[in-house]
Amino acid sequence: MKGKKTLSKTSKNNFITMGGLLLVYVIVLILKEGGITTNLINGQLVPICAYMIMAISLNLTVGILGELSLGHAGFMSVGAFGGVLVGTLMQEVSDSKILCLLVAVIAGGVLAALAGFLIGIPVLRLRGDYLAIVTLAFGQIIKSIVNILYVGLDADGLHVGFIEKPEILEEGKMIINGAMGATGIRKLSTFTFAFIVLMLCLIVIYNLIQSRTGRAIMALRDNRIAAESVGINVTKYKLLVFAISAAMAGMAGTVFAYNYSTVAPTKFDFNTSILVLVFVVLGGLGSMRGSLIAAALLTLLPELLREFSDYRMLVYAIVLILVMLGTNNPKIRDFFAKIVGKIKSVFVRKKTAKEENANG
Amino acid sequence: MKKMKKLVCFGLISAMMLSAFAGCGKKSGSDVIRIGGTGPLTGGAAVYGNAAKRGAEIAVEEINALGGMQFELRYEDDTHDAEKAVNAYNILKDWEVQISLGSVTTNPCIATAAETYADRIFALTPSASSTDVTKGKDNMFQMCFSDPNQGSASAQYISEKALGTKIAIIYKNDDAYSTGIFETFTDKADELGINVVSTTTFNTDSQNDFSVQLSDAKNAGADLVFLPMYYEAAALILDQAKKMNYAPKFFGVDGMDGILTLEGFDTTLAEGVMLLTPFSADATDEKTVNFVKKYNEKYNETPNQFAADAYDCVYAIYEACQKGEVTSDMTAEEICDIMIAQFTTMKFDGLTGNGMTWGKNGEVSKSPKGMVIQNGVYVGLD
Repeated sequence: MKGKKTLSKTSKNNFITMGGLLLVYVIVLILKEGGITTNLINGQLVPICAYMIMAISLNLTVGILGELSLGHAGFMSVGAFGGVLVGTLMQEVSDSKILCLLVAVIAGGVLAALAGFLIGIPVLRLRGDYLAIVTLAFGQIIKSIVNILYVGLDADGLHVGFIEKPEILEEGKMIINGAMGATGIRKLSTFTFAFIVLMLCLIVIYNLIQSRTGRAIMALRDNRIAAESVGINVTKYKLLVFAISAAMAGMAGTVFAYNYSTVAPTKFDFNTSILVLVFVVLGGLGSMRGSLIAAALLTLLPELLREFSDYRMLVYAIVLILVMLGTNNPKIRDFFAKIVGKIKSVFVRKKTAKEENANG
Repeated sequence: MKKMKKLVCFGLISAMMLSAFAGCGKKSGSDVIRIGGTGPLTGGAAVYGNAAKRGAEIAVEEINALGGMQFELRYEDDTHDAEKAVNAYNILKDWEVQISLGSVTTNPCIATAAETYADRIFALTPSASSTDVTKGKDNMFQMCFSDPNQGSASAQYISEKALGTKIAIIYKNDDAYSTGIFETFTDKADELGINVVSTTTFNTDSQNDFSVQLSDAKNAGADLVFLPMYYEAAALILDQAKKMNYAPKFFGVDGMDGILTLEGFDTTLAEGVMLLTPFSADATDEKTVNFVKKYNEKYNETPNQFAADAYDCVYAIYEACQKGEVTSDMTAEEICDIMIAQFTTMKFDGLTGNGMTWGKNGEVSKSPKGMVIQNGVYVGLD
């Protein structure tokens, strides 16, 4: 009892989010195993988890650090292709599927973190809009580089080429084939695996925010000059967040890539970066729970709107605008707040009544 | 405030879940064979998806009018994206599709091919031309010729007919289709001793301005420009070449097909453009005339090669179904085995070629025809 009482309000909220996520996972898993959910839903479980990781990792940069990043898909790309590359090499040594996937995801995360770190060094000298524009440019650079990157594997080992395709032996294969991307990926990602990665990312983020480091990061966001004046190292903390955020995006990329037999560099373009940013903004800056919900809904939404055929994306945009307006309108907020209040009061009354009964 | 957000979100989630569950289980009569495919019905590549869908629709209508075996066709939009294509395919699976038409474009088809392979559903794609589509899958077949075939056939054709002495190539380096043809073209060109004087690239972000690429070709004195790309970019290239008074011969591949029906395109620009395509709408054989007429009546445009390929796909499946005595109550897996046996042994005459056969690797063997655009219509080059 005592332990519970010492929990702060944020911790409580965090546990509610994680518990809720776990509950949703268990319910979906039961429904899936029971054959109740449709193939469409089953097929979207892994991408939804990947997009959720993307959303919370971007929220770390945008919501917690307070820097707008428009190139987040670039890190996803690094993670996807890096992960696939390492995973394919791993396949040569080990037959274990889960080991391959695990090594691939870790490699994807590390490579993306490295990319985030390297990009962060020049980028984080900038602030605000300038930083946003440069991240946008870096996203494009990553896309373009992967577009001309060729990695082939044959008996002689790895062959890497830029622009020119390297010569590989007959029985060899191309792992990353320029604009074609990676093809022939084994479909290793499972819902459970994707969920575990998501959960780990969420725990890391929550712990980070609540730690001393997290407080320093948020102090930077709220008032940089004041934070600097008390001795907070701006560059260090910014780089740290950037690298962590990139690592998570990289892991999401690997999980995503391993869910499809093919992944093309153009998949991780500006549009994907913006899509993830929409998840974050719609869910609320700094709110991980909001990001998770927004990512899940907005990934499902276009598929559920298929009935509208040609007008699908139009309806999608309208829904987006309405939700944005709705969540920001004080009248609508009050309206729902009242309903919530009423429901609450009913519960409270019932509870007290029960207690009275029990006492009586 | 947050509470309210939660409530709204909860409401939305439940509404969506409900609609998701309600969306399934829409099945039609049990005495039809369900054929499904995915293709870009919206977005940049929509012309191909819609053409394929319409071609297949006409074939299904004709077959159903014959009585006997009945088909039901369903196309889902994949917006030329692998992720969306898998979603679209899953919708078809929920609809209990029995035979798949794969996907119309290459990258999505690589993704759906892996799914159809895992689910043991027979698939015949009208137009996804990469070898990655069929590689390692025994139940995946192609109706179009593959990229390597197109690239080397183009080089062969240019060399044999001595169409140009100095060749320039412009290709799209972030597109699997374009780079695939480019690579095999240059390999074959080296072999045949074709003189390639200029090789330039563009990508999705830079496909509005081709002045650099065209200047390069012009300065190098190229008298033939090879354009292995889809027609939207090709249309701009033709336009910009004219503006800079550069008039070489232009040679395209099957992606060029459709340029004449592009909205707002001045067809006089395409005058003299050559392309390799297995289908020409001006052919005089009975089948083609009949198909073009029907397509024109129904959709008010001239069908392109994609429509013809899809039309052929449905007829090839029809023939195989009849020979293999497929009935509508068979499972997709049973049908799959029959179809594989039929396709690897049968000979098929269609709009896009006569005596087509399929290898065990799923690739079709048929010969491309050289076409040249004259007065706004295709005319055979030979």
